[in-house]
Amino acid sequence: MAKRESSLKNMISTLLVITLVASAALAGVYNLTKEPIAAATKKKTENAIKEVIPPFDRLERFAVMPSDGPDSLILYKGYEGDSIVGTAVQTYTYKGFSGYISIMVGFNADGSINDIAVLEHKETPGLGTKMAEPKFKDQFKNLNIAQLTNQKVKVTKDQGTIEAITAATISSRAFCDAVQRAWENQKKGGEK
Amino acid sequence: MNQKSNFLKGFIRENPVFVLVLGMCPTLGVSSSAINGLGMGLATTFVLLMSNLIISLIKNFIPDKVRIPAFIVVIATFVTIVDLVMAAYAPGLHAQLGIFIPLIVVNCIVLGRAEAFASRNNALSSVIDGFGMGLGFAFALTLLGSVREMLGSGSIFGMKFIPANADGILIFILAPGAFITLGFLIAIINQLSKPAKS
Repeated sequence: MAKRESSLKNMISTLLVITLVASAALAGVYNLTKEPIAAATKKKTENAIKEVIPPFDRLERFAVMPSDGPDSLILYKGYEGDSIVGTAVQTYTYKGFSGYISIMVGFNADGSINDIAVLEHKETPGLGTKMAEPKFKDQFKNLNIAQLTNQKVKVTKDQGTIEAITAATISSRAFCDAVQRAWENQKKGGEK
Repeated sequence: MNQKSNFLKGFIRENPVFVLVLGMCPTLGVSSSAINGLGMGLATTFVLLMSNLIISLIKNFIPDKVRIPAFIVVIATFVTIVDLVMAAYAPGLHAQLGIFIPLIVVNCIVLGRAEAFASRNNALSSVIDGFGMGLGFAFALTLLGSVREMLGSGSIFGMKFIPANADGILIFILAPGAFITLGFLIAIINQLSKPAKS
């Protein structure tokens, strides 16, 4: 079959058909994958909560608007019976090397950090990605920000206590920023 | 050209990275470890395979003057499908590779093969070409990633072979290390493939 000539009519109709088919295909795939994606995200969040706070039998979810950021934080308070065993805070920062980082910080009932899980980031593979590794992350374990100078968690370069990841100081600073935001908001109840 | 050499040309003779020197942005960007290189390579292989197939099938319907936008729409569609399907059914893998998937759209290998091969050949040859080129790209990225990971982090496919507290040669993880490694690898490949040429 001969090639179609490049007349205006042919060009417009061809592109129209191709983009229509492409958008129909994408819409179909999007609809098919929408639920599995939502389920996978939910499961990931639930796993992260279980990972960062002590065992609980009931969760309460709050949204809290921080004073220094554009998005709200999600607080998950874990209860065993009537007493709070810990609070998991889904916190974020836009100060990462590639922008947005989302982490889940778990606090014990006394306000010290139990554990941290990294949810989402776009940092440099091999450098910033090391924030999810124990060598960096475990520095935050049992840390109580209330006992730090000015109640701020910082990397050693900024006269803080956290040893930054080699060659990823910006990612490390961003991580501290997110943790700080979580700590400042973890006591709030917020609207349900 | 028979189909076997059509398939094999992607590995050494027309390797997208070492010989055609195409797709340098993802090559240098994601090859900081072997597993990243392999994952990116395989995702690209799938997109290359599908886009070559579709483009070779519809090539006669596309007027010459609008072929590039038409190709890009086809490629972008497949990339988005890969992204969505991976997010839905392989969230673990998607978490590892998620940031690289959208990069495939701008990978000039995919557009390059569409333009140079699929728009001139039949569907079967195009699929084989896409498969060979994709695997060649995956092979090159894995090789590059392995070398950089070994020198830079002292590990291979995530398994460390130097003491846990020791650091590798940091520059190989960073962008300059990618250029240095790539330069040496291209030199070695050229040297090795020399006798075959004469």
